[in-house]
Amino acid sequence: MAKRSVIPFGPQHPVLPEPLQLKLVMEDEKVVEAIPAIGYVHRGLERLAQEKDYQQVTYLAERVCGICSFIHSLTFCQGIEELMNVTVPDRAKFLRVMWSEMHRMHSHLLWLGLTADAFGFESLFMQGMRTRETILQLMESTAGARIMLGTCTVGGVRRDIESSAFGEINTALDSVARDLDQMAPTILNDYSVRERLVGVGTITAQQAFETGAVGPVAKACGFARDFRTTGYAAYGQLDFKPVTETAGDCFARTQVRFAELYQSVDLIRQCMAKMPAGPIAVPVKGNPDGEIIARTEQPRGEVIYYIKGNGTKNLERLRIRTPTFANIPALLKMLPGCQLTDVPVIILTIDPCISCTER
Amino acid sequence: MRIFTFVNNVWQNITSRPATRLYPFTPRTPIAGARGHLQIDADTCIYCGICQKRCPSNALAVTREPKTWTLDPYKCIVCSYCVEACPKKCLSMNPAHK
Repeated sequence: MAKRSVIPFGPQHPVLPEPLQLKLVMEDEKVVEAIPAIGYVHRGLERLAQEKDYQQVTYLAERVCGICSFIHSLTFCQGIEELMNVTVPDRAKFLRVMWSEMHRMHSHLLWLGLTADAFGFESLFMQGMRTRETILQLMESTAGARIMLGTCTVGGVRRDIESSAFGEINTALDSVARDLDQMAPTILNDYSVRERLVGVGTITAQQAFETGAVGPVAKACGFARDFRTTGYAAYGQLDFKPVTETAGDCFARTQVRFAELYQSVDLIRQCMAKMPAGPIAVPVKGNPDGEIIARTEQPRGEVIYYIKGNGTKNLERLRIRTPTFANIPALLKMLPGCQLTDVPVIILTIDPCISCTER
Repeated sequence: MRIFTFVNNVWQNITSRPATRLYPFTPRTPIAGARGHLQIDADTCIYCGICQKRCPSNALAVTREPKTWTLDPYKCIVCSYCVEACPKKCLSMNPAHK
């Protein structure tokens, strides 16, 4: 048996966007075990949520994540609405889906860039970021901000998208689809990209199931686990199927996310075609009382919000389980057996969001 | 499986206009409706303090005597919750980013 040594990977590492430490037990260049250590960016958001008015917590929930922020506020609002028996207008539901899908697209494009950067393909990284800019500008023109949209509120949304803006959105989506078509041969069929992704970081469907993997990690193993299929917001009125692959490796996860980009373009177009007229919000009176679990599908997988109200304007407890937290056990199954050079790529293909995880 | 698949993209990027601007020499035109930064029309303000109570990040400080309205721009999260709450509609969002 070769001599074992331990290499600390992170918390500060050029490839990691956020601080995550993995203690890698190595035999020569091969990883035999990975021990995770998180807790470097704990911000105490759940505690702060108890100090704020529940309406203000919408903005706080949005800041749990800097990438899929709108979906966090959406999850929180859906939970409070269910707790208070508030019926959200149909138009607000469609607008929520539109902004959710814009967030999914910019998240996947950022991920694509970072992963390309992890295996040393700087030009592809730049191309991904360039395409993402179109989405960010679209969000700024429709919601007023590039990332922290602040448009979701308990009872609906705070801002409407006029039908006169649909033409501009369609043009932007055409441009994004064109860019994706241009990148597709490189991401899906290029020799050097496939050499770094195919057969790397493989987990079986059984392992994904046992570790409770969510989102693209589970979908890449053949599980059609997508919470959007339950039909929350307006997803029940839209036509889509979860994207799945079966290989369970880094390449399969890339394929899933890349196909989801096209799916998001399609979902936004469906929303515009089916957008009902009517109000965008209903007034909400009173305070939440009781407890509820709210779930939605983020770009990284399913997020769970536990909300407990006590009849006052302050919540008694807010607990958040983010998809990255659910995917870390799956990551620990992917790493043993891989080469040290593949570790950054494998970590990035679960699309880790550590600030979310630690809240 | 192919090689050099990115050459087309690279060629197009070389021959097309730059995707970036030479900021700050070429500033971006503000997008209409963007929540750039908060501004106040002090003549209309009645210093009621509702905006201060609503602010999720405690960025506003309002006093009735003497009449002061202070914004801490580093705390402000530009959510415009105060703009919606203002009874005199003296708060507004300027689309230009500071």
